[in-house]
Amino acid sequence: MSLSFAVLTALLAIGLLALVFGVVLGFAAVKFKVESDPLVEQIDQILPQTQCGQCGYPGCKPYAEAIANGDEINKCPPGGDVTIKKLADLMGVEPKSLDAAHGQEDIKKVAYIREDECIGCTKCIQACPVDAILGAAKQMHTVIVDECTGCDLCVDPCPVDCIDMLPVTNNTSTWRWNIDAIPIKQVG
Amino acid sequence: MQNSFEDIIEKLDNHELWDFPGGVFPAERKTLSNQTPIVRAAIPKHLYVTVKQHIGVEGQIIVDVGQKVLKGQALTKSMNPFAVPIHAPTSGEITAIHKHVSAHPSGLPELTIEISSDQEDKWTKLYPLIDYQNQPKIQVLTAICDAGISGMGGAGFPTHIKSSPKKDVDFLIINGIECEPYITSDDRLMREHAWQIRQGIDVLYHLLQPKHVLIAIENNKPEAIEALQVACRENANYRVCIVPTKYPAGGEKQLIQVLTNREVPAQGLPVDVGVIMHNVGTCFAIADAVFSGKPLIERVVTVTGESIENPGNMWTLIGSPVAHLLTHYEYKQTGQKRPNIIMGGPMMGFSVTSDLVPVVKTTNCILVPTDNEIADNNEQSCIRCSACADVCPASLLPQQLFWHSKAKELDKAQEYNLFDCIECGACAYVCPSEIPLVHYYRIAKSEIRLEQEDKQKSDKARVRFEKREARLIAEQQIRDEKHRLAAEARRHAMKSNGNTAKDKIAAAIARAKAKKQSTNIVDEKPIELAEVPLANKSEQDAEADASTKVSSSNQRVQAAIARAKAKKAAAEVIIAPIGMKVDLDADDLTENKCKTKQQNNVVLNSSPAAKVNSTESNIAVEPTETEEQQIDMKKHRIAAAVAKAKAKKIAKIEATIKENKPS
Repeated sequence: MSLSFAVLTALLAIGLLALVFGVVLGFAAVKFKVESDPLVEQIDQILPQTQCGQCGYPGCKPYAEAIANGDEINKCPPGGDVTIKKLADLMGVEPKSLDAAHGQEDIKKVAYIREDECIGCTKCIQACPVDAILGAAKQMHTVIVDECTGCDLCVDPCPVDCIDMLPVTNNTSTWRWNIDAIPIKQVG
Repeated sequence: MQNSFEDIIEKLDNHELWDFPGGVFPAERKTLSNQTPIVRAAIPKHLYVTVKQHIGVEGQIIVDVGQKVLKGQALTKSMNPFAVPIHAPTSGEITAIHKHVSAHPSGLPELTIEISSDQEDKWTKLYPLIDYQNQPKIQVLTAICDAGISGMGGAGFPTHIKSSPKKDVDFLIINGIECEPYITSDDRLMREHAWQIRQGIDVLYHLLQPKHVLIAIENNKPEAIEALQVACRENANYRVCIVPTKYPAGGEKQLIQVLTNREVPAQGLPVDVGVIMHNVGTCFAIADAVFSGKPLIERVVTVTGESIENPGNMWTLIGSPVAHLLTHYEYKQTGQKRPNIIMGGPMMGFSVTSDLVPVVKTTNCILVPTDNEIADNNEQSCIRCSACADVCPASLLPQQLFWHSKAKELDKAQEYNLFDCIECGACAYVCPSEIPLVHYYRIAKSEIRLEQEDKQKSDKARVRFEKREARLIAEQQIRDEKHRLAAEARRHAMKSNGNTAKDKIAAAIARAKAKKQSTNIVDEKPIELAEVPLANKSEQDAEADASTKVSSSNQRVQAAIARAKAKKAAAEVIIAPIGMKVDLDADDLTENKCKTKQQNNVVLNSSPAAKVNSTESNIAVEPTETEEQQIDMKKHRIAAAVAKAKAKKIAKIEATIKENKPS
């Protein structure tokens, strides 16, 4: 009698505990629900956000999702080796060299519209992934340099080829202290 | 726990001070240049005034190329709290506004206003603010900002911002330390212009209302100490503090530590510990601006080094090229294998890239050493002696920073507080392996700064991209919704009234028919054209009428042309006696009347005068003249028909043009 009572109490106690924890966990799952996959967010933070599509995905976020689902990390030419290294650290894989099929790492560039040649077709405006081109139909267009990611996507649609990709010029605030590169001029 | 105000005053009363960690004692070499008074040299022919000479943003240029400017005239306007204007250092003409080599280690060109001086040195009108004590503070601050004053000790922080803190100030510290070897510009300024420096301190005192003013001078400048002690004798709140000579005692954070034992927090400002610090040169400039209205257009620059024949200090116009100073002080190249001009001191200065580099508001020294004076850059491996850590005034670990900076492990370098490094160069000075440590730190700092900028930019790009995607989706949804509603409305209309569609088709067919008919009329019966509108009205609906109206008005014009042509033709063909009648006939024809009516019309439509004539002669003449008249009529009709055909042709061409052209 006492034995079966003890077994019953134990079962009851364990069962109660299981119920309590079940309720707590169930509540926590609802209350502290993570909105989206944090890994995708982290990868997206690392990617350079040029939205150029050279990786084969329509933007950086889709590529971030693809990486989270197991795609290669070496498909981003604008990010280059720095980005690959960071992604490798995050994903816990070995860093690889950039996949040449997706392009070469290049110096930073921004789009520039030769304004007197622009015919105002708005095709580049539609192509720009970050709304960095200003203009209206039959009006001259221009690039907001500060917003341009240098993705290259506006160059092809231009019917009159008036868009150049110019390298970003260095100034005193973006100089990297590469002092050896200073040309020494004769004094006196 | 930071020392209280009373504790600090008590200690200062006992002529005691604290100390900062580390520090070095390099050879001072100050006697090279501090033995002679400050001189004033000739005005250079060309001045290169860099638009941005301070920390912050550049002002807006308000002058044009070719414009004549007077000495002290503003060249830029402050549009932003962090913008400080620049002024013309002398009178002359603006010859160019372009990019010119800058007073920066990179030497990269920056926007510069080039002035060719007229050697007249004519001042613009100045507006002093002598009764500044009775003026609102904002007025005084504006005067300081408009005079283009930014910190003259080194960093170039806008003075008006530093002079309007949000927190209470215990100590206003006036920095006359000048701890870097060779430099003596502040020393000479204090010796010769102590009175005006005190006036500047008075203005700052009025603005900041500190509890106490500490004027800190190193003990290697006894003359300057004495001069300022005399100048500040009357004011009990001003105290000249004699600080032991040690490099870098003149660093802002280090000097605060020496005088108050308070430590400025990392990423913090001196005002966080109740201290504001200004350089003596800045005080002098403030006094100039407030008491005589003069903007900051000149400063004392030490030109020294063993490659200079007779070193000294010089009142130099801002924008003077370095070459101008070197000419004045006689640069001799004998001691240098390769020309090497250093802007700033030997510890923190940088080699300039060209002798056309202009003097800016923060330039305190031009050092031209011989090759023996300055150690060669002969970098060897680190031997881990940790001498650098012993001398670091910020108590950092220079060795660790060096490893991480060199390996580009930027986050680790930041973990070792890279950004607390004041780049004083003490570590590099003591390094037995002659490693240019500060250089590595600067590279790492700029890399981190740029990486942060890139990060900000990419964040912005992400937001813009996401906003754009959202916008495109929303637009697509709106479009789809519109299409759906329109389709629904169509379907509804079809259902509720099945006949209307049929009616519409019938109406359209009727319209088409009417159109065809009207074009037939135009083609075949031009004479009846005038009647077409009426017929149309009775037969067709309003829309058809509208379409024909266009053609009818066109026809009217053509009819008028035809009338005129017929008239002309008639005038040519018909002989004088029956001219009147024929004229009338021609008119009738062009009025599109029938052939049969003609005879009657001649009589009916003739004018009263003609009527009288005809009634008199008609009965007698008519039988005899009928034949002749008929022949004439025929001829005349042919002429009229030809004219009409021409008119029709023109009408047709015009109609086709009109059809092609959308209205």
